[in-house]
Amino acid sequence: MAKSLGPVKRKFTPWTDPGAQPFIRFENITKRFGNFVAVDNLTLDIYEKEFFSLLGPSGCGKTTLMRMLAGFEEPTEGRILLQGKDISGVPPYRRPTNMMFQSYALFPHMSVEKNIAFGLEQDKLPKGEIETRVQEMLKLVKLEQFARRKPSQLSGGQRQRVALARSLAKRPKVLLLDEPLGALDRKLREETQFELMDIQHTLGLTFLIVTHDQEEAMTVSDRIAVMDKGIIVQVATPAEIYEAPNSRYVADFIGDINLVEGKVVSTSAAAGQAGRLALDCDGLKVAVEQECPALAGNTVAFAIRPEKVRISLDTPAQTDVNAVRGEVWDIGYLGDFSLFLVRTEDGRVLRAAQANVSRLVDRPITFGDQVWLHWSADAGLVLTR
Amino acid sequence: MKPGRFDATVLTIGFAFLYIPILILVIYSFNASKLVTVWGGFSTQWYQQMWHNEALMDAAWVTIRVAVLSASIGTVLGTLAALALVRFVRIPARMLFSAMIYAPLVMPEVITGLSLLLLFVAVGVDRGFWTVVIAHTTFTMCYVAIVVQSRLVTFDRSLEEAALDLGCPPVKTFFAITLPLIMPAVVAGWMLAFTLSLDDLVIASFTTGPGATTLPIKIYSQVRLGVTPEINAACTLLIGIVTIGVIIASVATKRREYQRQRDEHLATTAA
Repeated sequence: MAKSLGPVKRKFTPWTDPGAQPFIRFENITKRFGNFVAVDNLTLDIYEKEFFSLLGPSGCGKTTLMRMLAGFEEPTEGRILLQGKDISGVPPYRRPTNMMFQSYALFPHMSVEKNIAFGLEQDKLPKGEIETRVQEMLKLVKLEQFARRKPSQLSGGQRQRVALARSLAKRPKVLLLDEPLGALDRKLREETQFELMDIQHTLGLTFLIVTHDQEEAMTVSDRIAVMDKGIIVQVATPAEIYEAPNSRYVADFIGDINLVEGKVVSTSAAAGQAGRLALDCDGLKVAVEQECPALAGNTVAFAIRPEKVRISLDTPAQTDVNAVRGEVWDIGYLGDFSLFLVRTEDGRVLRAAQANVSRLVDRPITFGDQVWLHWSADAGLVLTR
Repeated sequence: MKPGRFDATVLTIGFAFLYIPILILVIYSFNASKLVTVWGGFSTQWYQQMWHNEALMDAAWVTIRVAVLSASIGTVLGTLAALALVRFVRIPARMLFSAMIYAPLVMPEVITGLSLLLLFVAVGVDRGFWTVVIAHTTFTMCYVAIVVQSRLVTFDRSLEEAALDLGCPPVKTFFAITLPLIMPAVVAGWMLAFTLSLDDLVIASFTTGPGATTLPIKIYSQVRLGVTPEINAACTLLIGIVTIGVIIASVATKRREYQRQRDEHLATTAA
């Protein structure tokens, strides 16, 4: 399918502007179900036209948070502001939000066009206008020839599109998407992710998406909130979340990472200033250049992504720091990348990824090879949380 | 396993046991002789006579009115009860209330009938058509509640949430989304209620009064004076009505199944 590409994506960072008004504000929200605390004193700002993800494992409170915005649950404490107005107590059928459900929740007794028209009919729009809008939506999701079918006569991907069209038909101020692509296969999911971004961009709406799929969140979002047990651990852009996670939890949840526990030996600068930290991780000497978070003697974690660890058969220039010898224990061939699991001399298993840049290599690294792992001082990260 | 002679025999005996009495009843309704046990040739005279038996026809008319009314009221109340149980009652309490809905089903009819009779006497209501309707409503309601409840338990609530989310208020959501989707269960509940009311003898005889004799009561009292082929004819007609109902229901189910298969086929070839 030939696709016309829209304008190049603009730089969009309203959260860095201290004067910007948040579009949605969760203010000290707590939600309890009996004794279970689903959301724990959470505060979060989302800006207009933002594509925002709530990411976390199941049971972390992300769906509850979304359902409170839709009006299906009321917060136990705190309030939700939409464009500065408190929407507590407003029933779901009077909120300017629309939701795309995980199960799609298409009305099985109505045709595709009736499903899409349902929300518009509730607003008592004139018939002609409803028809135009439905046609517009059908065109947007490329389902014009399926207008008269029942949901049961559609494939999974088509149902997903109908659900999207139905939730977009009323042009909500905020579109809520609950695990929208969970039921699709990988290829279709990737395609749809880009379509979602296109649609969001074209219509200029605010999207809030709930997902447990970190790749999906990384692809589509302007910002991601990583959640755990009812609290937000980190809110940042996908790149920041990946390159500068603020805790072991986020580092481990997003992507693949080596986490090594160690102690701070020395810091070259005061806390909060850029400098060089020296760590001792049970004999492995590590030097990291970053803002100094921890004082000497503190237990911290050294985190480094596999693709930032270099693997070589030759001895690197510097072997006393940021380098370790080991034996190739396992290899995962991923096509574009090979992932090496290396057992170091002190018994750790570290991961190193190498891009397969050429098709044929003279001497590929293979099982049982003695190799060196080494990295630069700005490749890794010290985590205190 | 190949069906052996033994299986065939067992099956035959079983079905014979079930259907031979009914078959004899039907055959003798076409008997020319007045004696129920002696075959005197083919005739449809008993059907004509039945048609002109005003007392019998009155009873039939009363029965049908009672059945339609009590089934309809019972369906409305039973559906509401099922909704309340599934939606608004917490799980431990729901167990108790569900059990309380089942109880009238296993209660001996004599007790239900007697207790209702005592109630009507205590309240001072004249027994007649309406007391039978009320009595039938109380027990058919339970059947409807159970049928509808079992449908509602598997009902995907996100459908209702989707309707609310799209701006549809709760009551309208019920009529636009919930009711159409649980309709098959509601109709099944109504049919069940209708047939239960149609053939009830015990509760009706406790709660009825002068001028409101139902068909089962009429047949029962006539049989005590001796079976006439007229009764056979009336029963045959009842069997005929029920059979047609069953056939329509099963054809409808078959067609729905066929429709579902066609939809699935469309869905898989749609991409």
